[in-house]
Amino acid sequence: MDWKSSDPVVPGPRTEEHLPHTARAAVKIVIVGGFGVGKTTMVGSVSEIRPLTTEETMTQAGIGVDDNFGSDSKTATTVAMDFGRISITEQLVLYLFGTPGQERFWFLWNGLFEGALGAVVLLDTRRLEVSFDVIGRLEERGVPFVVAVNSFPGAPRHPMRELRAALDLSDEIPIVECDARRRASGRDVLLTLMRFLHSPATARAPL
Amino acid sequence: MTPPRRRRRDPEQQPPPEPAPAGPGGKEGEQRQPERLYILTGATDGGERASIDLVTLIVTCADPQPTATPEQSALLRLCRSPLSVAEISAYLGLPFSVVTLLLTDLLAAELVQARAPVVRKATPDRSLLEAVMHGLEKL
Repeated sequence: MDWKSSDPVVPGPRTEEHLPHTARAAVKIVIVGGFGVGKTTMVGSVSEIRPLTTEETMTQAGIGVDDNFGSDSKTATTVAMDFGRISITEQLVLYLFGTPGQERFWFLWNGLFEGALGAVVLLDTRRLEVSFDVIGRLEERGVPFVVAVNSFPGAPRHPMRELRAALDLSDEIPIVECDARRRASGRDVLLTLMRFLHSPATARAPL
Repeated sequence: MTPPRRRRRDPEQQPPPEPAPAGPGGKEGEQRQPERLYILTGATDGGERASIDLVTLIVTCADPQPTATPEQSALLRLCRSPLSVAEISAYLGLPFSVVTLLLTDLLAAELVQARAPVVRKATPDRSLLEAVMHGLEKL
């Protein structure tokens, strides 16, 4: 990255992408899932702005992977994350984060899950097992989540009961089908999460 | 076809291995970041960090001082209308932690104002959840 860039023209939001000055507060939802399940697609389909990318630099020493025994060199890893935005009211803004790449990094991204309303686990039924670790990490952290099955053409369709058993999910956690490319479908997934969070059972659950 | 099976995890049995500080500041490992990041932000001690979230909204409240660095000036121009820290990071092409450091200085100098994010609490704010729900229904 070119830190020393003296280019005076810094890209910014287009006029129609400016938030109103009344915007006072923001909430976030994280979309998680294995590589290539459509997280970025879903962010893009429901976002009111062009999806943007933020990144964070992490050192190899911090991620529990150390192949350099006896070596002092610490390799910096850049983790990128795509995100979009939905204005809820004149005061309230919702941000959606979805990340490409290796899921083990996201949980080290300070503050990504802290304070998030909840998470959407996006699944590809052709590769269910890539989501197992992510679901486990959400459980460990006590982050409430719903599961959305991105309907890829030709992907195996399991009965919901079988899917729930395979994922070892309790009955109250919603599983819905979606098409991450469609705005209405992505919105319905987010609504499913919000209704789940709003339900008395979830409201009582400890963090 | 029988799908592969997963085993449920329990928050009590297996606490998260990583320490979870209250804010994005002060995480371990930041001291190991390349030194140039500190030069860029003007913060040399690596100590005090403002509690800044990815979705903290930042608004500029004063013009840049003549002594402002190009990055500070760019940030102040960018935030004439409210912008999240994540968006600032994206537009400036700087990592989140570097933007956090830049903002720590600007907040201390009262050149920007931070509008704190709404965080999930032990007892969720039902009116907040309802507001988000109604907003999404209109989408």
